Amino acid sequence: MKTTRRLWLAAAVSAGLIASGSAQAEDVRIALVVKALGIGFFEAAAKGAEEAAAELGDVEIIYTGPTDTTAEGQIEVINSLIAQRVDAIAISANDPDALVPALKKAQDRGIKVISWDSGVGAEGRSLHLNPSSNPLIGNMIIKLAADHLPDGGEVAVLSATTTSTNQNIWIEEMNKVMGDYPGIEVVSTVYGDDLADKSYREAQGLMTSHPNLAAIIAPTSVGIVAAAQAVSDAGKAGEVNVTGLGLPSEMAGHIESGASKSFAIWNPIDLGYSATMIAYELVKGAEATAGGTISMGRMGELTLDDALEGAMADPFVYDASNIDDFKDIF
Amino acid sequence: MSHSRDVLLGLAVIVLVGVVSLRFPGFAAPGSLAGVFNDSAILIILALGQMAVILTRCIDLSMASNLALVGMITAMINASFPAFPIAGLIVLAILIGGLLGGINGLLVWKAGIPPIVVTLGTLTIFRGLIFVLTDGQWVNAHEMSASYKAFPRAEFLSTPVLSWFAVLTIIGMAVFLTRAPAGRAMYAAGGNPNAAVYAGIDTGKTRALAFVIAGGLAGLSGYLWVSRYAVAYVDVAGGFELDVIAACVIGGISIAGGVGTVVGCVLGALFLGVIKNALPVVNISPFWQLAISGAAIIIAVILNARAEKRPGRLILERAVAAPVANVSRSSAAQRGADSA
Repeated sequence: MKTTRRLWLAAAVSAGLIASGSAQAEDVRIALVVKALGIGFFEAAAKGAEEAAAELGDVEIIYTGPTDTTAEGQIEVINSLIAQRVDAIAISANDPDALVPALKKAQDRGIKVISWDSGVGAEGRSLHLNPSSNPLIGNMIIKLAADHLPDGGEVAVLSATTTSTNQNIWIEEMNKVMGDYPGIEVVSTVYGDDLADKSYREAQGLMTSHPNLAAIIAPTSVGIVAAAQAVSDAGKAGEVNVTGLGLPSEMAGHIESGASKSFAIWNPIDLGYSATMIAYELVKGAEATAGGTISMGRMGELTLDDALEGAMADPFVYDASNIDDFKDIF
Repeated sequence: MSHSRDVLLGLAVIVLVGVVSLRFPGFAAPGSLAGVFNDSAILIILALGQMAVILTRCIDLSMASNLALVGMITAMINASFPAFPIAGLIVLAILIGGLLGGINGLLVWKAGIPPIVVTLGTLTIFRGLIFVLTDGQWVNAHEMSASYKAFPRAEFLSTPVLSWFAVLTIIGMAVFLTRAPAGRAMYAAGGNPNAAVYAGIDTGKTRALAFVIAGGLAGLSGYLWVSRYAVAYVDVAGGFELDVIAACVIGGISIAGGVGTVVGCVLGALFLGVIKNALPVVNISPFWQLAISGAAIIIAVILNARAEKRPGRLILERAVAAPVANVSRSSAAQRGADSA
């Protein structure tokens, strides 16, 4: 199986070589390397990359990746890309450390390397593009609730476990910006431990203890689905708005039922678009420096921090108007 | 003997409800209590299956994984063939669950491997099979048909079907364990396996049957769980096997086998159900919640263990002994004689 996969990969690479031979010489060739082929999220990112290529005109996108999510597979892909002499590699890494030597080799040959979505060690890339940042997420989750509460109201947070690092940071960031949302009061923070049954029960408890509850904010994918189901079962869809962070495929049913008016998560199309734009800028001579900025086309500018990482944008909001376009993607 | 323990446990559940309603008055309302029963329904069904296994002096750690695997299978069938009737899906769930339980049973019966080892293995295997089946993908609410999600929520005599499944299981198990020869054999096989063999009971076969029953009930719960929470993924009901065993232990089902009643088992599950439903509304720090539910379990088990302690049988009473020390002993001897 492994050998057939290798053969297949080799065939794909040689096909790529032939194809690239016929491409125009002046085209900037940007390789979008993903964790594995066939994953909806990354297919969508490739769509964004093609959009950027069409906008820029002189860019050829090579969308590639291993057939399973392994670092070894990605190293093979990187080596073949080096052999193809691409101009830039934008990678979502399966391993932050294992890929560094291969990517260093690519950089030594003059190939610009950036990581996006899932990063690699600093010495293996020029910069890393995060889909969003903790302060942006913290602000977004409360904004999602507040947008549907023009007159203010009671909201509660349903988190994962008491020790979940990500959720705790996002809630902390949310509390910092509460002043921007007058009239919105966080009455309780409960923990569903990322278990469907416990999250469901906690959501029920929130509705019982706070009869005037207007929204439940769940910045966790298991929690938001369970809370939405609890709200539907309690007959409170439309009355209590469940929002937070979730995936379109998982939330489509609850948007339809009205238990959730909107929720947010990164937009893979924007991510692929931005990664391509940044890679293009680097090939054209832009420098990744701490505190510096790089243009991302329609997504604005990426500001880099000391670790040469930057956040693309606010999480993207999904609601009834766009959920059908995304629910089959990821 | 066990009847008085069931009464005590019943009182404990009532006291618990009372204490909770001191802090949150709405808790003891009939509608709220019906909600607690409905929420505990799956735990009750699983605990009754586990009870059959524990009675035969075995244990089934794979029930939650069995639930998750069968739940995922029903969800995938429903997502691919929405027209497949729900009744057929439920029968299929029970059959697949029973088959998975049968694997446990055969390994315990024919291969003679200790049940804790067998089911520890199948716990991981069943969970792993879900990953193989799905590649880690979820089956989501919008992919399930409306009837798939609606059935356990449908109301019959103003009680959800989910609760009725629990009621039917309680009645079925009570009749089976007290009236059917195969049910009585479970008590015998666990209480004193050697004597059971002399009485003509095939203990191995009885144990295998208990695993099949537990598996079938886990399969049924698989559909009920996935439908209730409208989502199926690899980690569904992760760690729930421990809740199920805790419910049995609280309910006075002796881990040593052969002792326990259906009423006790149901009360044990309800005791846990009340705690699970009370903690979110009584406004206790989440940091304390785990400690509190753990402490409640230990207290219940201590009370049970005290009640369960079998008084020693005194065969030859000493004619002359210190009268004070003898009071408790002779009464113990009396009780021992009564129960014999």
